[in-house]
Amino acid sequence: MSENLIVELTIFVLSIFVGFEVVSKVPSMLHTPLMSATNAVHGIVVVGAMLVAGAAIGGHAGRAIGLAAMILASINVVGGFAVTGRMLQMFRAKSEPPK
Amino acid sequence: MTATATALALAYLATGVLFILGLKLLSSPARARTGNLLAAIGMLIAVVATLFDRSIISWTDMLIGAAVGAVIGYGSARAVKMTAMPQMVALFNGAGGGAAALVAAGEFLRLSSANAAAGAATLLPIILSTIIGAISFAGSLIAFAKLQELMTGRPITYAGQQAVNALIALAVVALAVAMLVGNTAPALFVGLVIAAAVLGVSVVLPIGGADMPVVISLLNSFTGVAVAITGFVLSNDVLIISGTLVGASGTLLTMLMAKAMNRSVSNVLFGAFGSVKAAGAVTGAAPGGTVRSGSVEDIATLLAYGRSVIIVPGYGMAVAQAQHAVRELSDNLEKRGVEVKFAIHPVAGRMPGHMNVLLAEANVPYSQLHEMDEINPQFAHADVALVIGANDVTNPAARNVPSSPIYGMPILNVDEAQNVVVLKRSMNPGFAGIDNPLYENPKTTMLFGDAKATVTSLAAEVARV
Repeated sequence: MSENLIVELTIFVLSIFVGFEVVSKVPSMLHTPLMSATNAVHGIVVVGAMLVAGAAIGGHAGRAIGLAAMILASINVVGGFAVTGRMLQMFRAKSEPPK
Repeated sequence: MTATATALALAYLATGVLFILGLKLLSSPARARTGNLLAAIGMLIAVVATLFDRSIISWTDMLIGAAVGAVIGYGSARAVKMTAMPQMVALFNGAGGGAAALVAAGEFLRLSSANAAAGAATLLPIILSTIIGAISFAGSLIAFAKLQELMTGRPITYAGQQAVNALIALAVVALAVAMLVGNTAPALFVGLVIAAAVLGVSVVLPIGGADMPVVISLLNSFTGVAVAITGFVLSNDVLIISGTLVGASGTLLTMLMAKAMNRSVSNVLFGAFGSVKAAGAVTGAAPGGTVRSGSVEDIATLLAYGRSVIIVPGYGMAVAQAQHAVRELSDNLEKRGVEVKFAIHPVAGRMPGHMNVLLAEANVPYSQLHEMDEINPQFAHADVALVIGANDVTNPAARNVPSSPIYGMPILNVDEAQNVVVLKRSMNPGFAGIDNPLYENPKTTMLFGDAKATVTSLAAEVARV
């Protein structure tokens, strides 16, 4: 195993623990926004999509893959955060007149 | 390390920290919006930083893709109705899974066009990310189609289904192994993508509507894992951290949901629950039990002169878009001095927390919403339990009929209230196809009809009496 891979595995394993720890404190009331927010967070794959689309390797097939990855990842990121924000805006402590 | 590479790594670190803080803030309803904002800022930092990556030499496709995706994503996020949130989340999730598979595909293409002899260690993460991403993409699309009712929400089963699914899974594994031992022909890779997508479709097909909270959580977790593995492919730490966070979170939610139904995750995935109508004999209902139905006027009087009412919403409320009418009814009752609480079962609806979001949309304050363990002891002191479009989560057979398919599932103890009122479209059994002895309980009054229309007239009647 390369040194790089060991570091990556370390990050991976520690992230599992952090993930469980952070999310186990979220009350069931907020489970939909939680799913929706984590859904937006995995949109970080947009970074990978940028690298693939920006590298412009592999001719037409490569360009098509890059473009498609970019579109899907952007839908994931933008839609995910927007919809989570919309949802959370509705949670109110006390009755207030709706906007 | 060059200065740019260092700056990039530090920016990604900041992104990881902001994601963790953001998710942490989601544990409190008052601070959750800040959490979402922090996570979004983290994402922005990562995207801006990536623009400086030296491997990026072409901007056109990237910008076109970003613009198209942003417009589609934002447009649908603004337009979607709150009742359609489960399918929206499924769709965004599928997009992420598809993107992860495509990034892996792009990396595979780069390797083959460079003619580099890629070893198994390089290929393994590419293959895994492709498989999991494709399963998540295809599975999410089927979940979307089911929830959007583009196809039946009931389990789709056929003879030998398990064997067929096992064969497809075997094909995926065989293709993966063939590639790992050195057959890196593009055709093989395309075959792998197709086989994995078919597997995603065929695994979700036999899963019924009421099991969707488990499936959606699981697919979310899958996409997270696919993204984390993509991080290994690209040696990118922020993808590893973020993908793993989501994978862990999705796994936890999946287990919570399965536990709330007293079933194992594998039973949900492979049980095709609800495909067979349970015979009347297993429900434990006394044969010839009578069902009493009441009028809107009777029920409104019962509610209006009670001291405390517990409302139990279910998927039927979402289908009928009745959440605003429910809120109106609750307001009118409170104006008369009736104490109103909402009892939320963990798997009510089609995704975790589905009812909470709908009631929040209708402006019901979250202090009025109570989780199962908290509210269950209070039913005995309630004058009326008002069940709106919920069925299996109130079925006492889960508590006292060992032969019932849902025996052991924790339920809301509505039958302990002084009076039970059930709003239902018809006497058809619920999703699980199991008769509900609650309806034959002498304390129970049924009120048949569309939930929205019925609740609206109840609210008006309560204001009048």
